[in-house]
Amino acid sequence: MCLSIPSKVVKISEDKTMCTVDTMGVQRDANLMMMDDESIEIGDYVLLHIGFVMNKIDEDKALESIETYKEILELMDEDDRKRAILEDDECEARGEQYIEALKS
Amino acid sequence: MGLELKNLYDGFRDGETIKAYAKIIAEDAKKLKKPINIMEVCGGHTHTIMKFGLPQLLPDNVNFIHGPGCPVCIMPKERIDHAYVLSMQPDVILVTLGDMIKVPGSKGSLQDARAKGADVRFVYSPMECIKIAQDNEAKKIIFFAIGFETTTPMTAVLVDQVIKLGIANIFFHINHVTVPEVMVELIDSRDIHVDSYNNQIDAFLGPSHVSVISGSKIYEKFPKEYGRPVVVTGFEPVDAMQGISMIVKQFVQERCELEIQYKRVVSYDGNLKAQALIEQYFEKISLFRWRGLGNVPDSGLKLKDKYATYDAEVLYKDVLPIAEIEDHKLCICGDILRGMAKPKECTIFGTACKPTSPVGSCMVSSEGACAAYYKYGNLI
Amino acid sequence: MTKNITIAHGNGGEENNELIKSIFYKHFENDILAKSEDAAVIEDGKLAFTTDSFTVSPLFFPGGDIGKLAVCGTCNDLAMMGAKPKYMTCSVIIEEGFSTRELEKIVRSMKKELEINGAIVVSGDTKVVPKGAVDQLFINTTGIGQIEYKGITASGLKEGMSILVSRDIGAHGATIFAAREGIELESALETDCASLYPQVKALIDSGINIVAMRDATRGGVSAVLNEWAKSSDVCVEVNEESIPVQEEVQGICEMLGFEAVDLANEGTFVLAVSKEEESKALEVLQRTHTTSVVIATVSEQYKARVILNTSWGTKRFLDLPTGELLPRIC
Repeated sequence: MCLSIPSKVVKISEDKTMCTVDTMGVQRDANLMMMDDESIEIGDYVLLHIGFVMNKIDEDKALESIETYKEILELMDEDDRKRAILEDDECEARGEQYIEALKS
Repeated sequence: MGLELKNLYDGFRDGETIKAYAKIIAEDAKKLKKPINIMEVCGGHTHTIMKFGLPQLLPDNVNFIHGPGCPVCIMPKERIDHAYVLSMQPDVILVTLGDMIKVPGSKGSLQDARAKGADVRFVYSPMECIKIAQDNEAKKIIFFAIGFETTTPMTAVLVDQVIKLGIANIFFHINHVTVPEVMVELIDSRDIHVDSYNNQIDAFLGPSHVSVISGSKIYEKFPKEYGRPVVVTGFEPVDAMQGISMIVKQFVQERCELEIQYKRVVSYDGNLKAQALIEQYFEKISLFRWRGLGNVPDSGLKLKDKYATYDAEVLYKDVLPIAEIEDHKLCICGDILRGMAKPKECTIFGTACKPTSPVGSCMVSSEGACAAYYKYGNLI
Repeated sequence: MTKNITIAHGNGGEENNELIKSIFYKHFENDILAKSEDAAVIEDGKLAFTTDSFTVSPLFFPGGDIGKLAVCGTCNDLAMMGAKPKYMTCSVIIEEGFSTRELEKIVRSMKKELEINGAIVVSGDTKVVPKGAVDQLFINTTGIGQIEYKGITASGLKEGMSILVSRDIGAHGATIFAAREGIELESALETDCASLYPQVKALIDSGINIVAMRDATRGGVSAVLNEWAKSSDVCVEVNEESIPVQEEVQGICEMLGFEAVDLANEGTFVLAVSKEEESKALEVLQRTHTTSVVIATVSEQYKARVILNTSWGTKRFLDLPTGELLPRIC
């Protein structure tokens, strides 16, 4: 029972019980009765589950996570580059590899 | 840089990031003293792991044990028969969510009941019951409620509205269950039983959306009293890989803690309003049989006695079957749900038991371990 | 076979095949039927002959209606066999109380689509049944076409060939589900329902060797690729990243738990050509839809299966869709 999807709030009803959310251009009504009044505003990102808003998505924490991933990728690239340079220098068999390639 | 909706999808599905975590896990895993077994409790995680082929990216000493995190899979046959029997009652419209339609009980599935003339409807949201009830005032609308803590508050909201709006023809059959109790049961029963691998559950990948509602506080006892780290993880593939990486690091650094990977939506306390709604309308029952696992103490919920007039189990007490029905003798769903066997070890996996003709519960729901293996697992 | 027919038996996937084989093919068996192509090739390869029934609900949806569908569906089956649609029949079963104005609107749609195909309706039938006996309107159309390109078959795929899709996928299925679920579409998501003969003609005229061609209706692209893999006994390896899906279709899939490859299309087809002709074919297809792209290659890795290769180096099988297309909850 876990399928929940991130959506953006685009409209809130007068009595604050319902809202309209947008998921990649597709809009849908969602129930706000599981959230405290005033806790959700237009423009918020929320998690949607079987027609209800389950919780608000913490934008800062989401951005933090994405930053972390960027940093990891940059580190990987650095490592890969360093390793490639090292491998090149230490490749004693390089000469032989070329000969093999030429033969085939 | 602002957050865009696209980032919330793409950012957590990026192929390069997945590969990067695979490298990090492989490096860290070299320092592990012994192989570790991670149980993902949540069916959504089983689905993510299998669909994105994550086992293909992990080193041999980091293994998955698939847990019972599929509320459809753990429904005992006799309770599915309840749904069937209720749907066949005069003037009843049985309403439930998605996968329940195909689960076979001993008399057949709700799909079979519908083919025989029963009025069975599946809905996207429990609130749709209200319109069905208003359009069919002469009928009894029975909402067959299933799900873990993620879905329970939505049923509670429906109960709340039914009472506040004075709707006289909606009733409930409650099959909500809770996660921490079954995690305890699994640890206890596995520590006693010897399985074919002599495997222990070493750590848990905590459920994503159960935790949004309940908060990560419900898992405190696992590192504290049972010595098992828990990392509450999101269900996108990058989330899963990061969660696994965090668990491996805990072992390497000899820590045993409760951590949250899915920090963009999970907090320690959870959604307090949702918890209050559950508290208001439901209470725990000491006896709830999980298919394949037997009774898991205090894991089931029922409507509080003061709401008995809305309880279909009370209203239809006389027609609902109570005999426990065992599974087919060749079905090893119990062992699979306990994480003591893998789907491919089942003699009828893929032959007599397939998604189009499921014998056991693990094959029925797309979150079930067997269904996930059947659809995605042949190349692993 | 189960004792009673279930909704799943009409899904265009595994159960549907079971129904067709165990009841219909069993009694109607003959060589032409056994080929199971989009349309039957009769009279020594001169003509293509096909039929289809249309029960879509709702009757009117963004980008089309049941009438347009009824003509496109049948004419496309003919076009997929390399035939020019020429003659059609149209049988309708109308529920008592149906609006005459709506009926005429639907028939006008059919006329418009017939003109695009250059075909005419030469025979038909009308039945009116009591309220409740059908859901508003059911239409059946049969079509006869003149084969202009012979030899198109599902069993001719060989290792090394390329598989292209004519445009982004899943638009029809997504539009229908959205219309049914009452999901408001902010953008202009429409069905892809369209007549394919013009595109087929362009391919024929370009001189490309068409190995296989099929429109991805019920069961989606996934069903076509699986049928080809089985018929030709080859492996179809799909590059997951390359599959073109509109954002709104992706949004509906996320919301309802579907995969775009399983959704029905009514104006999208899959084409197999040799690797050498890949760019030529792409050029022709992109004249109509810039989203046309190569999505798979044929190999011998796992015979009769379709594999999805992810961008991070894992792979999994892509099987025929099963069951009713229920929204996944978990």
